[in-house]
Amino acid sequence: MRAMSRKIPEEAYQKTLSYRLRQWLDGTRDPFLDTVEMKQQKAFREDQKTVRKRKEEKKKLFEKIYDVENNAELRVFRKLYQTFCVLFCIFLVIMLLIAVSYLPSFGNPQNPVNNEVAERYIEKGLQETGAVNIVTGMILDYRAFDTLGESHVLFIATCTVLILLRKDKKKGDKEEISDRVHEPKNDVILQTAARILVPPIIIFGIYVILGGHLGPGGGFSGGAIIGAGLILYLNAFGFKKTERFFTEKTYKRLSVCALGCYCLAKSYSFYTGANHIESVIPLGTPGAILSSGLILILNICVGVVVAGTMYTFYVMFRKGGY
Amino acid sequence: MAFVQNFPFMSIILSLFSGPISSVLSGKKAKWLNMAVITVIGCMSGAVLAYVLGTGESYVYTMGHFSAPWGNEIRVGVLEAAMALFFCVIMLLSMLGGARERLLEIEESKQNLYYIMVNLLLCSLLALIYTNDLFTAYVFVEINTISACGLIMIRQNGRTIEAATRYMIMSLLGSGLLLLGICFLYDLTGHLLMSNIKEQVALLHQSGEYHIPLLVSVGLMSVGLAIKSALYPFHTWLPDAYGYSTLSSAAILSSLVSKGYIFLLVKIFYRVIGFDIVRDSKVVNVLFVFGLAGMILGSVSAIREGNIRRMIAFSSVAQIGYIYMGFGLGTVSGMIASIYHVVSHAATKSLLFVSASGITDVSGDSTDFFDLTGAGYRNKLAGVAFTVGSLAMVGFPMFSGFISKLLFAQAAVESVNKMLPTLIALAISTILNAVYFMKTVIRLYTPEKKAALEKKNFHSIKMWDQPSKSIALICFIALNILLGLSSDPVVSLIRSGLKMFT
Repeated sequence: MRAMSRKIPEEAYQKTLSYRLRQWLDGTRDPFLDTVEMKQQKAFREDQKTVRKRKEEKKKLFEKIYDVENNAELRVFRKLYQTFCVLFCIFLVIMLLIAVSYLPSFGNPQNPVNNEVAERYIEKGLQETGAVNIVTGMILDYRAFDTLGESHVLFIATCTVLILLRKDKKKGDKEEISDRVHEPKNDVILQTAARILVPPIIIFGIYVILGGHLGPGGGFSGGAIIGAGLILYLNAFGFKKTERFFTEKTYKRLSVCALGCYCLAKSYSFYTGANHIESVIPLGTPGAILSSGLILILNICVGVVVAGTMYTFYVMFRKGGY
Repeated sequence: MAFVQNFPFMSIILSLFSGPISSVLSGKKAKWLNMAVITVIGCMSGAVLAYVLGTGESYVYTMGHFSAPWGNEIRVGVLEAAMALFFCVIMLLSMLGGARERLLEIEESKQNLYYIMVNLLLCSLLALIYTNDLFTAYVFVEINTISACGLIMIRQNGRTIEAATRYMIMSLLGSGLLLLGICFLYDLTGHLLMSNIKEQVALLHQSGEYHIPLLVSVGLMSVGLAIKSALYPFHTWLPDAYGYSTLSSAAILSSLVSKGYIFLLVKIFYRVIGFDIVRDSKVVNVLFVFGLAGMILGSVSAIREGNIRRMIAFSSVAQIGYIYMGFGLGTVSGMIASIYHVVSHAATKSLLFVSASGITDVSGDSTDFFDLTGAGYRNKLAGVAFTVGSLAMVGFPMFSGFISKLLFAQAAVESVNKMLPTLIALAISTILNAVYFMKTVIRLYTPEKKAALEKKNFHSIKMWDQPSKSIALICFIALNILLGLSSDPVVSLIRSGLKMFT
């Protein structure tokens, strides 16, 4: 049908702009690189052997370990367990809904939450912590001990993921190949986009961290932005490029420095605070970048830890190693 | 302010910081750092205990430049310092006892990760003990949960991964309920600091305002912490987690992690809500019933178990039941008995885990009951230690378990309504305890035929073949006998500590 409706011969058509545009849209040919190197992603398919093995294992689990057929106790337990799960959830939902309906109504100025604690945070926060952003002043100065714990939660979560997912280096080569199959390789669109986007993303992350005491932002959010930028860079350019500046060692050193700095800074302020020694750290002019005492340093520390955590999580889930 | 008063804060920061430091050290160095940190913190806690006993009153330590309701603070009394010291001792001995197993069972490159977990676990326990702020407690509960998970799954086989998943799910449910409870309480009182909440709660209780949310909040926090410390119907994560993880993890998890949550619950009862209000709220009755159920059903499960480590784990369910039963009595003497049982159970359970591993070492690493025949002759110290632990668990005079059972019985007599069920459950549970522990001890000292031994290729171990484990076992035995023979100072310490709580 197509041949019949042709107005120009095949060779002439292939030279036209519309043909090339169509090829480019289809992804078969790229105007700069000629043929695009992109493997068609195959649908995930197990071979017969593993399927059989998996089924056998499952059968064995039910027959040998749980012994569902003969173990009447387990059968009854399972039924009871399922029933009680549902009943427990319904009970919990109803109980919580009833309890919530008795709570003080939302937004009422007479509520117990609006007491001298919140008042001082709002009224004196700027003067006492030097941070224009009251939330930052609260989490990094008034209640810094909680945040100290919180940043270690991130650190220990990374360590647990390392325990679970990190692979030994000996098997590394094979993993490298299998990693590349599922991930894009030298994708020009991704690389170009990353080349344009990654620097602003990271700079924006740094801005959010550094401006944490001046406006919305801080270590947690800024660190997450930088981590996202690093992950995009890794996706576009592969491990060879990122390994040049970010390996497991880098992560560990960075987090030790950041957490150590945090611990030292806070130890100083806890110690001086409890012993009623005047702190020598000046609060500076509110609104200036170098102000609000230790908060800027703490934000940087938290940001480093969060960025490292995000990146490490991604790397661990993707390949099990840097 | 005396310099000693800085020690609680320093021990928290020291253990916190030793975690990240361990991540850049090799496994061996991290191990020594960990030992040193635990020892130093133990010494500092001892000094603090001496100081607080000397002054006779608790003190508050501000974490930062902002005082009470605005900033964070920690609070140090007799009970806190004593618990910190005791936890350090148990942790040090557990780490000593499991040193060989850690080398065998954990991958070389992940050794140092184990010590990160242990250091941060210690930090979270210390913070739970000392904190005077509910939200700080929650933050460190998070660290506690994650590090406990790491401790379970660092020995990587299918069983531990499954156990860790189960632990994670149950434990997160517990954390979630605890957080909900804290949120409710914050909404009602507007404070996170324990002493301020207590004032507000007392006012609310008097005026009868917000009665239902207050009740729900107490219930949520109790149930959340009960799930995390494996009270009876929520114990399903426990046997696998304790039974298959590496030795020092099992010892630490059973004797410290669950006890940290129980101590937090005591603090919430005394320092946040006020014990009278908790007693009036009837939440304690729920704990009482579940405690009784746990005492008996946990022991029944232990009797039916053929794997020695899982048997010891199930015995934990029963012992946790004892502790909650003591809370449920709703009297001060019940509370004292429970706290004493926290101490005695921590000392005994870690002894049992370490000695059980000594026994399975000479039985071809088999945890199967029948392979243990005559193991008491093949590893004499472990056999003796297991016997001591069993006797203490059963409640034989001279050992720590006897005193806690005595205290429970005395406390039960004081409360009229709950006397009969408590005494009956105590009696039944003691008999059941005796059944499975004595069964094991008799099995250990039943001589095995030489031919069978040679066939199975079991060989015996002398005391100094595994020096660190032997030292740990000897110290554990001494600790148990010490707690059993001179319980009076410990009980009076707990009593004065509880008095300081209010």
